[in-house]
Amino acid sequence: MAATDVSIALNRFGLGARPDEGIPDDPKAWLKHQIEAFDPKPAAIAAVPPRAKVAGELADFYEQQRQLRQMGLGRRQQQRAATAPTPPGQPGMMPPGAPQDMTMGSAAAVVPPGTPEPGAKPDADDPLKEARRFVGRQVRDDYAAAVGARANAALSSTAPFADRLTHFWANHFAVSADKLQVIGLSGLLEFEAIRPNLTRTFGDMLNAVERHPAMLLYLDQAVSVGPNSTAGRFAARRPRANGRKLGLNENLAREIMELHTLGVRSGYTQADVTEFARALTGWSVAGIGRGPGARMAGTDGTPGDFVFAERLHEPGERTIIGRKYGQDGEKQAQAVLDTLATSPATAQHIATKLARHFAGDTPPPALVQRLQASFVKTGGDLPSLYHVLIDSPECWVQQPVKFKSPWEWTVSAYRALGMKQVQPLAAVGLLNQLGQPTWKPGSPAGYDDIAASWAGPDALVRRVEASERFATRAGAQVDARALAPKLFPKTLTPATEQALARAESPGQALALLLVSPEMLRR
Amino acid sequence: MYDRRSFLIHSAGAAALALAPRMAFAKAETDRRFVFIIQRGAADGLGTIGAVGDPAFAGARGQLAEDFAAGKRLDATFALHPAMTSLAGMYDAKEALFAHAIASPYRDRSHFDGQNVLESGGLGAYQVKDGWMNRMLGVIPSGEAKAIAISATIPLAMRGPHEVTSYAPSALPQASDDLLTRVAALYQGDSQLHGLWSEAMDTRQLTSDLVDVSVKNAAATGQLAARLLTPANGARIAMIETGGWDTHAGQRSRLATQLKGLDAMLASLKTGMGPVWNDTMILVATEFGRTVAVNGTGGTDHGTGSAAMLVGGAVKGGRVVADWPGLGQAALFEGRDLKPTLGLDQFVAGAVAGHYQVEPGKVMATLFPETKGAAPVSGLSRA
Repeated sequence: MAATDVSIALNRFGLGARPDEGIPDDPKAWLKHQIEAFDPKPAAIAAVPPRAKVAGELADFYEQQRQLRQMGLGRRQQQRAATAPTPPGQPGMMPPGAPQDMTMGSAAAVVPPGTPEPGAKPDADDPLKEARRFVGRQVRDDYAAAVGARANAALSSTAPFADRLTHFWANHFAVSADKLQVIGLSGLLEFEAIRPNLTRTFGDMLNAVERHPAMLLYLDQAVSVGPNSTAGRFAARRPRANGRKLGLNENLAREIMELHTLGVRSGYTQADVTEFARALTGWSVAGIGRGPGARMAGTDGTPGDFVFAERLHEPGERTIIGRKYGQDGEKQAQAVLDTLATSPATAQHIATKLARHFAGDTPPPALVQRLQASFVKTGGDLPSLYHVLIDSPECWVQQPVKFKSPWEWTVSAYRALGMKQVQPLAAVGLLNQLGQPTWKPGSPAGYDDIAASWAGPDALVRRVEASERFATRAGAQVDARALAPKLFPKTLTPATEQALARAESPGQALALLLVSPEMLRR
Repeated sequence: MYDRRSFLIHSAGAAALALAPRMAFAKAETDRRFVFIIQRGAADGLGTIGAVGDPAFAGARGQLAEDFAAGKRLDATFALHPAMTSLAGMYDAKEALFAHAIASPYRDRSHFDGQNVLESGGLGAYQVKDGWMNRMLGVIPSGEAKAIAISATIPLAMRGPHEVTSYAPSALPQASDDLLTRVAALYQGDSQLHGLWSEAMDTRQLTSDLVDVSVKNAAATGQLAARLLTPANGARIAMIETGGWDTHAGQRSRLATQLKGLDAMLASLKTGMGPVWNDTMILVATEFGRTVAVNGTGGTDHGTGSAAMLVGGAVKGGRVVADWPGLGQAALFEGRDLKPTLGLDQFVAGAVAGHYQVEPGKVMATLFPETKGAAPVSGLSRA
């Protein structure tokens, strides 16, 4: 299949053609214009439940759990409570019995692990039962609404290349909605930290992401306490009843270096991670824990807001990768982030991932080099990077370079069908079935961006089954023979054309088009 | 969905409202049911109703003719495929009638265009915008003009100004073996996809019996249709879509499975309809037939004349209606296909007119307005 430039612009750079969308005359100009025209907050996204509501529900939930605990629990539950970490300074933030990690099998049936053992009749006030209800609500009301908004924004976007880039960055800065605190906030990270910074600098985006409540909660930064901070010294004098200690949590510091900026094995050491973790102490989320502890720690406030809690911050100068940071308070970690954001290792890391996304699973070294040079020269200016991609011949090779992920395939199928609205729960369910639940990669590394992760026999059968369902609903109204050349201008293979022409019904032709090699790759 | 007021408002606006008072005094509603089972993909008429009495049949059809040795003999010329055991019983009970060497006005060989003609009732593809079943709702007694499509969307045959609803439970499994086969063909030249697909299909073969699944699905669909058609306030007209009839390769086993499914669907309709079966007429028809000769892959290619069926207690059955053209080389249409000697339009119009006791000329003019100068077939129904 030799793709034309127009087809490449629509499918490899964009999210797949819409039949009602004009075919661009000048593919490169069309793509460059999208970077200017990108709307960070289209109507679909403006309508999602706001952060204060989602975080407020989380705060209410923890408050309820705290009260349940105070009212007294059975011995068994108290024992279980001892296994769950409780954050310092924010008593009740991590309630007893509330599992840290919850799985969302489907949007409708949400069963957390650690359900009561057989024979144990759950109390009406059982914290676990309450936790399950809370997860169900957040999945239904907040998570699904956000997935639907993401899909609807992608379907009606007139800047699909820019939307593709938001999906790329959200996966680069991945949180995973299998953690209770993150379920409802996961989409907001993309909407509030990624989209508004899509066309600024990498440092701007990095800063917004690392201050976002979804990231601070996901990578446990919100519960990290400097051992020599006010709160740390106070706690050291008064051991907690459950025996747990307060202290430093290195999770976010490590993943910023390993995943978000420098890249793994790029030269930093464990000592650098620990020092960065110390610098980051105090970066937290307001209003999730209530009561005297939160007030004491200085983390009270509007739920979900970023807060710098001075009383959690480890005092002193830090040395990270050979550089001294003597700043006070919040500015210290900020200075470290600023350094990391423009480091040559970061440039190399980001260049490699961008090249992989647009030029193939094995990124061409020349393209990586070009991207890296631009990153270093411009201090991480993102539009400059996008222009390098558009202007690089490696991104325009005629053979398809990528096997679409389930998300990419689903969006391109919806767009091919001319859909502009999907039911949120339908989108959630479909992505689950296809193997790529949105914002739920299960790890801060995000989803893989290589064919080996997505091109499997069972995965392919699921796409065929989904296509047949799409076609059952839309088949009679759509003539796949006329649609195909609009989706893949002058690019269709004779094999696909023949399969469509010979299909026994319009519906079957549509199903075949949706799983054609042209549609599965970009 | 079927209360009279909304039906009137949705159907024909002011004209229907003006007629409303008279309708209230119309004769008591009968309980006639009409079902159209469309066979998408060009069902092989000769493979369904074999012309065993034609001297050229066995020679032209080879292996495909052999199955009919075990099939029910219908008359001196025809036998029914042995997979259709329930239908054979209905034929004996004079509840099944077959028409052979029949075709719509369409004479080319594209599924898309052929189905468009079959459903729109026009002479050529895309000439008529709505469907003959929808127009039918305007000529039959209005109390019986309540139609439902057993599918997620409304097929062309039922689209038009009259209100039609559709229903397909999301859990209704799709019979997709044919799609799976075509996907395999589509991936033939793509080494990555071909490898993945072969692996997936090998696993599937190990874990499920495809024949069983598709026959069960067909029976379940028949049952569902009966449930929608029997209640006092239920639908009176339904359309069911079937696929998988495009048997270009390996026809012997594939068509047997298809016919087994159709037989199961008809049997479950009969069971489900209960006493209403006596007032039921089911039409089974396809867009065109298949070549008389067997091709190089044990299948048949797109042809012209095929067979159609009327099934149900309201059908004057137990016979085959055919002006048999013969299968000798000289008798074939364009040297390859069964020559159509009966118009599907006249057959359908005659069936509808007889079933609903409506003047045949009016039915013909409404359902198939372009088909001029052809008289509807009479005597197809018991009424």
